[in-house]
Amino acid sequence: MSAMLEIRNLTKSFPTHSTFGRQTGEVKAVADVSFAIEKGQVYGLAGESGSGKSTIARMIMGLTRPTSGAILIDGQDIAGQIGTRAHGRRVQMVFQNPGASLNPRRTVAQSISVPLVAHGFDRAAQPRRIGELLDMVQLPQAFAQRYPHELSGGQKQRVAIARALAVAPKLLVLDEPTSALDVSVQARVMDLLTDLGRAMDLTFLFISHDLSLMRNFAQRVGILYLGQIVETGLTAEVFERPTHDYTRLLLASVPVISAEEEAMRPIIPLIDGEIPTAEKLLALRGQATGKDTP
Amino acid sequence: MTETTPDLMLSNAYQNWYRFSRNPTAMIGLVIVVLCVTAAILAPYITPFPDHVGAVTNFRARHLPPSAVNWFGTDNVGRDIFTRVIFGLRISLLLAVVVLGIAIPTGTILGMAAGYFGGWTEIIIMRITDVALAIPPLVMALAVAAVLSPDLLHSMLAIASLWWTWHTRMIYSITRQLRTQEFIEAAETLGASKFHILFREILPNCVSAIAVKTSLDCGFVILVGAALSFLGLGIQPPTPDLGTMVAQGASFLPDFWWESVLPGCAILFLALGFNLLGDGLRDLFDVEDVR
Repeated sequence: MSAMLEIRNLTKSFPTHSTFGRQTGEVKAVADVSFAIEKGQVYGLAGESGSGKSTIARMIMGLTRPTSGAILIDGQDIAGQIGTRAHGRRVQMVFQNPGASLNPRRTVAQSISVPLVAHGFDRAAQPRRIGELLDMVQLPQAFAQRYPHELSGGQKQRVAIARALAVAPKLLVLDEPTSALDVSVQARVMDLLTDLGRAMDLTFLFISHDLSLMRNFAQRVGILYLGQIVETGLTAEVFERPTHDYTRLLLASVPVISAEEEAMRPIIPLIDGEIPTAEKLLALRGQATGKDTP
Repeated sequence: MTETTPDLMLSNAYQNWYRFSRNPTAMIGLVIVVLCVTAAILAPYITPFPDHVGAVTNFRARHLPPSAVNWFGTDNVGRDIFTRVIFGLRISLLLAVVVLGIAIPTGTILGMAAGYFGGWTEIIIMRITDVALAIPPLVMALAVAAVLSPDLLHSMLAIASLWWTWHTRMIYSITRQLRTQEFIEAAETLGASKFHILFREILPNCVSAIAVKTSLDCGFVILVGAALSFLGLGIQPPTPDLGTMVAQGASFLPDFWWESVLPGCAILFLALGFNLLGDGLRDLFDVEDVR
């Protein structure tokens, strides 16, 4: 077995400040997270808003520096490589909102050419490469000259995917790639990603709060709760026999349509009161030290 | 990078032109600006007495009121004021072009650098900007004229040395907003160079703001320039300048009112044109940003 992405004891804490700027403590957005993704696999990272999913993605991309811990891509620690071409060639990211991740003043071709220029791709061959990439994400060639505001959400996300794949990375981080899209468009974008993953031998880190999407797409999942992975394993096992209360709660909150699906839904013991929020847990953490189990 | 296909550029440009042309005040501004610029360029060919630009005297024709021959009347040495006003536009426009030609690139680059890099770059650039903002351009021009000599070039440099600050502040705040946008982060993760991010990602998003501010600024620079000439710090006689004409004509008020009022109206006209144009551009780009 060889891991494409290995994350070891990754921690990120942000200092909190009082009204007058005095540091009062810190929030652990990501607390001692470890997991690994094997080559060619899809690893799903699920959790609600604020669980630290995006912070992990940002640390992998080098947009945020970890407080401690290590990130290894293809066996190499990324710590010394952030911002280098070598790092960019190994991992790319598809952002959550394609409306925001494409520059509104630049055409599709100009946006896709950014990684080509940055990675020293032959200038003369660029138009052809851009055409190939548009083909790959099933967009017509004529879109090359359009501006983002002339495209639909799904089309924009396809452009973002083409751009991320322009330098043929081995690992693709998908930070909620479909949450800004219509449900009908979601499925088609996910199908495209699955096909591209197979064709290009990609490894995916798929971050989402949409558990039904994850069930279809990921081979392994990790459930992230307040910055910690509370449960991890094969998707089928985690979804059918959740062992952690929080996983059960997440699964129970997936809306279902059919009676069969309702029958498949895990029976959960009702928890009294509300789900603990980050704030409450922080308060608890202050009182009792030691490992907190929600 | 591939070029945008001409037909699409045309259709976008046409859409923008259509929206712009439906805005009456913007169109008035555009007409005034085009009229003034054309008149200034063609001044030697369209004015009735091109030789009156120099030190010509014709004392028999002095202080003549506006008539069919001398549309704006004549001044205290008998020169045609209309001719001199048209030539005066040249100096005003030259001043605007030189000052903004220095101030806009300087302000834009400094603002983008401060907003994007942050840290010490931001602290140093923005504190210098704050200090420079505290000095009125007119006072600076007076100081420079006192140290060097009263001259158009010195005045232009004095104004330009302070004018960039407004652009820096504006571009800085736009860049600060853009810096946290996903498309900038995306460009970073894609390996784009700092140069690329500043000039290819951020700058295109500043262009509309720069266009609006440039147009509005032209009006203000022309007014400051006229004030400088009025104080005798602009171009030196006999070269015609609107501010100088207002100053000289003022000593003959109110009997020979046309000698100062009409050149004054020309200043007003030109500044108004640029301001209306700027407002029109702002409306145009506001709509574009919403869609």
